[in-house]
Amino acid sequence: MTYEGARQALAAPRRWQTMEFDFWLAILAAYALLPERSLLLNETAILGLFALSLDLVLGIAGIVSLGHAAFFGLGAYTAGLIGKLGLTEPILGLLIAGLAAGALGFATSFLVLRGSDLTRLMVTLSVSLVMLELANRLTTLTGGADGLQGIVIGAVLGTFEFDMFGRVAAAYSLIILFLLFLLARWLVNAPFGLAVQAIASNPLRSAAIGIPITRRLIAIYSIAAAIAGIAGALLAQTTQFVSLDVLAFHRSAEVMLVLVIGGTGYLYGGLVGAVLFKLLQDQLSDLTPQYWQFWLGLIFVALVVIGRERVFGFPQAVWRRIRGGV
Amino acid sequence: MNRRILFAAAALAALPLAAHAAEPFRIGLLVPMTGPFQSTGRAINDAVKLYIKQHGDTVAGHKVEILLRDDAGVPDNTKRLATELVVRDHVNAFAGFGLTPLALATAPVATQAKIPEIVMVAATSSIVNASPYIFRSGQVLPQPATIAADWALKHGIKKIVSVVSDYGPGYDAEKWFNDRFTAGGGTVVAALRVPLANPDFAPFLQRVKDAAPDAMYAFVPAGVGGIFAKQFVERGMDKSGIRFIATGDVTDDDNLGDMGDAMLGVVTAGPYSAAHPSALNKSFVDGYREISGGHRAGFVAAFAYDGIEMLYRALEKTKGNMDGTALAEALKGLSFESPRGQISIDPETREIITPIYIREVKKVDGALYNVEAETFAAVKDPAKAKP
Amino acid sequence: MLTILVDGLAYGMLLFVLACGLSVTLGVMNFINLAHGAFAMAGGYVAVVLVNGYGVPFLLALPLAALAAGLLGIALEQTLYVHVYRRTHLDQVLFSIGLVFIAMAVVDYTQGSQQQFLNLPAFLKVRLDLGVVSVGAYRLLIIVVCGALALALQAILARTRFGARLRASVDDPIAARGLGINVNAIFAITFGVGSALAGLGGALGAEILGLDPSFPLKFMVYFLIVVTAGGAAGMTGPFLAAILLGVADVAGKYYFPSIGAFIIYTLVIALLVWRPNGLFAAASGR
Repeated sequence: MTYEGARQALAAPRRWQTMEFDFWLAILAAYALLPERSLLLNETAILGLFALSLDLVLGIAGIVSLGHAAFFGLGAYTAGLIGKLGLTEPILGLLIAGLAAGALGFATSFLVLRGSDLTRLMVTLSVSLVMLELANRLTTLTGGADGLQGIVIGAVLGTFEFDMFGRVAAAYSLIILFLLFLLARWLVNAPFGLAVQAIASNPLRSAAIGIPITRRLIAIYSIAAAIAGIAGALLAQTTQFVSLDVLAFHRSAEVMLVLVIGGTGYLYGGLVGAVLFKLLQDQLSDLTPQYWQFWLGLIFVALVVIGRERVFGFPQAVWRRIRGGV
Repeated sequence: MNRRILFAAAALAALPLAAHAAEPFRIGLLVPMTGPFQSTGRAINDAVKLYIKQHGDTVAGHKVEILLRDDAGVPDNTKRLATELVVRDHVNAFAGFGLTPLALATAPVATQAKIPEIVMVAATSSIVNASPYIFRSGQVLPQPATIAADWALKHGIKKIVSVVSDYGPGYDAEKWFNDRFTAGGGTVVAALRVPLANPDFAPFLQRVKDAAPDAMYAFVPAGVGGIFAKQFVERGMDKSGIRFIATGDVTDDDNLGDMGDAMLGVVTAGPYSAAHPSALNKSFVDGYREISGGHRAGFVAAFAYDGIEMLYRALEKTKGNMDGTALAEALKGLSFESPRGQISIDPETREIITPIYIREVKKVDGALYNVEAETFAAVKDPAKAKP
Repeated sequence: MLTILVDGLAYGMLLFVLACGLSVTLGVMNFINLAHGAFAMAGGYVAVVLVNGYGVPFLLALPLAALAAGLLGIALEQTLYVHVYRRTHLDQVLFSIGLVFIAMAVVDYTQGSQQQFLNLPAFLKVRLDLGVVSVGAYRLLIIVVCGALALALQAILARTRFGARLRASVDDPIAARGLGINVNAIFAITFGVGSALAGLGGALGAEILGLDPSFPLKFMVYFLIVVTAGGAAGMTGPFLAAILLGVADVAGKYYFPSIGAFIIYTLVIALLVWRPNGLFAAASGR
């Protein structure tokens, strides 16, 4: 491959594909056309952002994490607490929550640098469970099992007050999601991101060509933690409530499932997965509040056994035909 | 500003509907139907179905509709579902709420939408303070906890060790028992807290045993209560003279029947027993057995049954006016006979006033029951009694 | 003091029997089977139905529960798992979590969602005074059964022809196939045995850990801890790790009840940072 060829190959993913435009247009349409589902859309956007952050760690850097809720939860509690203390400006809250979660990510990144998939799985999981116990214990700060009460969140940019219907909340979360997605997309295609991906695919060779492995991994882990913290902060601000649940194991497991459903390593996986997961959960639990997990489980098994390509292949083919027809 | 416009719009949209007389009375039932607390949700759902089956589905000209939603025990789900129930389904009341944070997360929705929220199971005292629209049909933990302490003092128990689950309701149960017990001259030798995710009670029970108190006072969530009590006996603690006192959660009728003879002699303070001798309770227990596929009614089912009755009675009192504020006014001061005995709603605090019984686990017709020995009628929440 | 040790030992042994099947699937087939707890739950429910519903003696119900879970394991291995062995770890996670969801819903549908209690025979409810230490008969039973199983497993793995073939299939499945070893059959049998052990653990553990439809999720974390800390190869590692964790957890909660909840997780983090491949990983590693 010539130098020019290699340069073009690396630059190609930086260009926006038509599929990408379609995706964001579809989300915009969902916001405009389904006003009564704004609350669900808000939750989906937050889950999508959370999954995006996990994708940076898992899909891009190759670090398996089953404890990502540690950062999500810290972000949520930070945003909730500063809201309670009187700093009600939401954007500022997001930034502080992101910083706090990023700091925790930095501090714990040293634990996940070494070891097999399983080791990292357990270390991250243990970190999140320790956080959960801490939050349960520090009742004066977090409200313990009752949840954090009395969070006050002001209007976004001083003008858009959160309404009960979730219109502002959904718009706010979607815009933050889009901005952070742009950041992640830029980061992944920049030399920094390429280096991280090289580490994930072959650490030995990456070290040999002079990539500072440790520093790159710490950086991407901290950035992803900050994004997860912002996702948690969004949840805290838009629901104005935080409970221990934000740190629970099922939160970490759910976001991992979401990402795996959508596919890892191309950044849209988390978003697509979040949309699919939330839609399925909402529809199934409406149909059968008691046994929706059965059908969800069946779909998971089918996805893997029959193959994701074949399950999603059909609608994709239809989509392509529609587009081709136009 | 934005909010006001939307509310005005919603009000306008609701106007022509309100004028329509046969508009159904919609109750949003928010309960955990999946996840670790699913048995709570199942019991609530069955009890609600039973009540409607026994009392008909029409009140004051309105047909009652139950909209069941599974929140899986996750508060942000509860809040989202509650809001959607208001915005999309125009419910007239919320009911359910298996855990404290679930009830608290919904409180602002109830306040904003001005519709009553009936908290059936969650038992932390502070919940009703979170919104003027919250009413409780179940119990608050300080009620049985203080009664248990009084009973212990009266029966010559001087030294106790308390063992509670390490979360909000556990702290409530610990504080109100221990404070009352100490104030009455008793000694709390140790106050132990068991992590919620705790697979083995052995170390905690061994500590109690080594402390050799007169009695152990325990609060653990229903379900694990049985395992806890069985291990208590397996450790030979009943034989070494340590009495077992608990709140009613530990010997929940829902599974007391399967716990085995180890439970015999356990003394609990609680509001409801399936063995409560009354005609109403018998019809409740029999009906529940049929509707739930052979289960015995536990306290969760009884609380849910009362919660729906509260809404029925309130709607009758308003003569079919489904306005949330009118319903809330009607709920205040309600008083009626429930399967557990006479209960009422404190008009000042919107809190439940319930009888609490001292019960002992005994065999009745070959099965284990909480047999009521002493009755404390109309117990108010001691946490709200203070000036 | 000794009582605490014995309690911890029994708890650790129980963890071992519950988790060792997972260690086998992970170490041998490199398959992350998060549905392992579902087999334990199946065994537990079989035991409860047999003992409480049909009056089968408890000691007879134990092997039957193991058998049922083992057969279920082999059936699922042959129909579903074989298609997933070569997938990525993440797909395996999705697949096995899906199985857990299905298992939970099925148990919930057929058995209800309430906590289950086994009716133990009277001779297992007594407390034995062994001079220096007083032990519950049930905990003693756990120690004896699980200890014997651990020894038997180790002997099978190290001494028998099957064990040799299994180890060969793990080290190099392609070469093992070339030597005429039916690797697929060996994997199926191993999976079945692992599931059977989990089923036995579920039946034995119902009395101490409890049993309800959320069992597989509730205890997944503990299984994973044992397997990871032990190093997913061989039997000795997970065995010692399980005992260590059991004793540390019980003793920690006894002596420091206020920080009891933190002990096990902190221990895991420290252990894995110190030995990333587990306590007793083979020097070569994978």
